[in-house]
Amino acid sequence: MSVSRHSPARSVAAHAVLLTYTLIALFPVFVIVINAFKSRKAIFAHPLALPNAETLDWVGFKTVLKQGDFFQYFLNSMTVTVGSLFFVLLFGAMAAFALSEYRFKGNTLVGLYLALGIMIPIRLGTVAILQLMVASGLVNTLTALVLVYTAQGLPLAVFILSEFMRQVSDDLKNAGRIDGLSEYRIFFRLVLPLIRPAMATVAVFTMIPIWNDLWFPLILAPAESTKTITLGSQVFIGQFVTDWNAVLAALSLAILPVLVLYLIFSRQLIRGITAGAVK
Amino acid sequence: MGNLTLSNITKNFGTVEVIKGVNLTVEDGEFCVFVGPSGCGKSTLLRIIAGLEDASGGDIKIDGVPVNNTPPSKREIAMVFQSYALYPHLTVRDNMGLGLKQAGSSAAQVAESVARASGMLSLDALLDRRPAELSGGQRQRVAIGRAIVRTPKLFLFDEPLSNLDAALRVNTRIEIARLHRELKATMVYVTHDQVEAMTLADKIVVLNAGRVEQVGRPMDLYNDPDNAFVAGFIGSPKMNFLKAQAMDGQGETVGVRPEHLAISRDAGVIAGRISHVEKLGSETLIYVRAEPHGLLTVRQFGEQDFVVDEAVYLTPDAPRAFRFDAGGLRMR
Repeated sequence: MSVSRHSPARSVAAHAVLLTYTLIALFPVFVIVINAFKSRKAIFAHPLALPNAETLDWVGFKTVLKQGDFFQYFLNSMTVTVGSLFFVLLFGAMAAFALSEYRFKGNTLVGLYLALGIMIPIRLGTVAILQLMVASGLVNTLTALVLVYTAQGLPLAVFILSEFMRQVSDDLKNAGRIDGLSEYRIFFRLVLPLIRPAMATVAVFTMIPIWNDLWFPLILAPAESTKTITLGSQVFIGQFVTDWNAVLAALSLAILPVLVLYLIFSRQLIRGITAGAVK
Repeated sequence: MGNLTLSNITKNFGTVEVIKGVNLTVEDGEFCVFVGPSGCGKSTLLRIIAGLEDASGGDIKIDGVPVNNTPPSKREIAMVFQSYALYPHLTVRDNMGLGLKQAGSSAAQVAESVARASGMLSLDALLDRRPAELSGGQRQRVAIGRAIVRTPKLFLFDEPLSNLDAALRVNTRIEIARLHRELKATMVYVTHDQVEAMTLADKIVVLNAGRVEQVGRPMDLYNDPDNAFVAGFIGSPKMNFLKAQAMDGQGETVGVRPEHLAISRDAGVIAGRISHVEKLGSETLIYVRAEPHGLLTVRQFGEQDFVVDEAVYLTPDAPRAFRFDAGGLRMR
């Protein structure tokens, strides 16, 4: 059946393409990580060389740990990311359930309205958001960031999840209703476990832009106690002098937590992306 | 315990009317089958009885009590679904016991009811497995067991055999018939397969386009159909409809079942040519093209040596033919 797919030439070609892409994608990360361990002179002299006994230098990491409260920045980023993720998934799934499960007037309209946010960048509303946060006294709090990121992540979450929810068997939900399960239990115990791959997909797509965002932390929460890791790393980039050791060390460290989160979700993610394609 | 009365049930989806005024009584202990082509509204009607859909109009009574506004779990019904709909995260035992547990029965009561149902369906060996570890036939037995555990007033079956292969379908059909005899419970069963309807039902309700065409015992529908739709739907292979004008001119069409058409090489009422022969061992189906009637089916017992393209004559068994008027209604 799959003779053609297993021919060696095709297989080699496919792997060559995939390997090339992997190298291109990983190269910047690789350069950041190796240079983080080198002395300033070595970074500029041989940017692509691996650190050796001569060039190995921990000064970047030392600066990062000395300067500012980097542990606090990590914690802030983590709180904001995990908090936003939690609310995006919870509210997104609930809205998606309502849209896909219940027939009511304006169902399609509400769905379209919620999906509209995918096309309109939330940054257009920055000034209004800032005014809102000032008025409600939320400036320089992590709450402000969680609220903004939840709003930013919801449209895509609702859009993807409602599509997946429609595929969950009606019979299963109805069996639950006949057995006397409440709508909440049907949602949490029957439907959510079945769309776990979709949830993981949404989680990854939501998580990475939040972790990497510089814009809203800079505008809404630039105080020392609420700085996120991305904003915290900026102190090493100056107009005239940039402490490359520190910048690269900070970026290397910033990769770690998000990598861990990604690994948690990725097993589910692959199933989510291919769901429906392969039955 | 458990009779069901539907009076004047209607259901609209938007502007589309899918159920157009259904009146029906199902007696206590009766096995009632809704049968009809896909899209005739039989599943919707079942979901209205279950309370999974609201009726747009009319009354539903179970044991004389109106249940229009009663949620499904309070109607004392149990339902078996086409796709089994077992809870994937629970074991067979928990799947079967969940309904009772939700209703507030004690753990001992739940265990006892599950044991009784699993004994009836020989599910004992499977009780600690999860649905993913079961075959299709086993899953459907568990789904039936889940319904039995609740000792409902009314069993509802929504095409429960459609996902099973042919051999399992026959076995499960016999199993359901046996359960009906043992439990003496009221059952409402939806299917598009008239064989299931004929073999299981005490009472068949033939539905078409949201309306009840005829209600009756299987043999009554077979021997005494009210209209051409019922005559064509019940019985397999399908009834032949001859053009009355080419016969004796009374009515519009004459319905003759394939087993009531005699075939001969020498003489007969209708001349035709054989277009196909199906030999099934116990019977032979002969398809004859005869103008102006079209393709007619003849059913002969045993093996018959007719060949394609042979010229033959057909003769209807006149007393067993049905006459229908232009509107498809039976002329008696």
